[in-house]
Amino acid sequence: MTNLEKYSSTYKKVFELDDSIDVTTLTFQGIPLWDSIGHMNLIASLEEAFNVQFEIDDIIDLSSYEKGKEILTKLGVDFN
Amino acid sequence: MISREELFKYKPFQLDKITKEKIFGDIITELSLYHYENCNEYRKICDALNNKKPFIPVRLFKDFELKSVSSENIVKTMTSSGTSGQKVSKIFLDKETAAMQTKVLAAIMSDFTGGKRMPMLIIDTKAVLKDRNMFSARGAGILGFSMFGTDITYALDENMNLDIDTVQKFYEKHKDENIFIFGFTYMIWEFFYKKLLELNITLPKNNGFILHGGGWKKLINQAVSNDEFKQSLAETAGFKRVYNYYGMVEQTGSIFMECEHGRFHTSIYSDINILNYRDFSINSIGEEGYIELMSVIPKSYPGHILLSEDAGILLGEDDCPCGRLGKTFKIIGRIKKAEVRGCSDTFE
Repeated sequence: MTNLEKYSSTYKKVFELDDSIDVTTLTFQGIPLWDSIGHMNLIASLEEAFNVQFEIDDIIDLSSYEKGKEILTKLGVDFN
Repeated sequence: MISREELFKYKPFQLDKITKEKIFGDIITELSLYHYENCNEYRKICDALNNKKPFIPVRLFKDFELKSVSSENIVKTMTSSGTSGQKVSKIFLDKETAAMQTKVLAAIMSDFTGGKRMPMLIIDTKAVLKDRNMFSARGAGILGFSMFGTDITYALDENMNLDIDTVQKFYEKHKDENIFIFGFTYMIWEFFYKKLLELNITLPKNNGFILHGGGWKKLINQAVSNDEFKQSLAETAGFKRVYNYYGMVEQTGSIFMECEHGRFHTSIYSDINILNYRDFSINSIGEEGYIELMSVIPKSYPGHILLSEDAGILLGEDDCPCGRLGKTFKIIGRIKKAEVRGCSDTFE
């Protein structure tokens, strides 16, 4: 599985989404399950999947699928 | 004029009295105008009092659904827990206000903790978060502080029993790190400290800290002082650093942290006045009165200037030995005539 696939599947798993949903458009508070509880679940799942640790600012800034990719890239995850 | 967002370019305890009065005062004035234009009830209050910046007694959030945004923009409703039979306060959040709560809390906390996330032990039960659309003050507190934690672990089961095995394993696993323990004052005392005593267990020393907040009512009934609380936890739970914070669900985020010198501090995001019991004029240093609280956060509801039901005393301004600027104060307790008010220290 590529990092991008792993990244997308983490969103699907945490937010209980099926394949019909385009995960790339997801935003914080944009779907019912990505609320503040869902956010902390997402953070924990991404940290585990990619073996990274977010800074507090990263947790605040991670407001969309795309933004999350940027943050993980900064932490050394290669999406290419 | 400096906007709310631009406040983040300053450190939370950096502004002296004169600078803060200007910047903070402008933001509060603008918020008052915003609520006047967007909340019918608030406008009626202003017009009736002929006052453009009145305080709102916290009780009004129980009797009325006060909001300054349309219902479809509300993403979360927070409630004060309330003891049974009492009405609960309802606080309506839109995306912007919810995000502001998080950013302000992060800024204030980072000043005390250095901004690093730490292994976090929560003295509560996970069950408190079970309804994700309606948060109690307790749930909101736990979730808000969770962003400072890693390996987040709950110490109590659904019946509020201490899972001592989990706690001891957590201390052992993170013995070389600074642990962050969070909980509501009464819960830490009743379900953690007292249980440790009963089990005759002293937990190993750790260089991290305990952060606690929420009402003292129940502890005052048991005659437990803040000093005794600190001392007891230092001996039993292994922590020398014990921080208390004061805040209310109506102004979630802009908490008042107690510093190493035992004083509660306003930050650049908040302010207080101590009001005279008789005529609501502003008291000087050393005079007891009602605590009036201001916060730059509330925009989706008119909670930026509140009259609490707590009594306090102003201790000083810009002169705390800890070096942080802003007002410092202490809390005396609940106003005697106030309705006994459920807070985040209650549990159902």
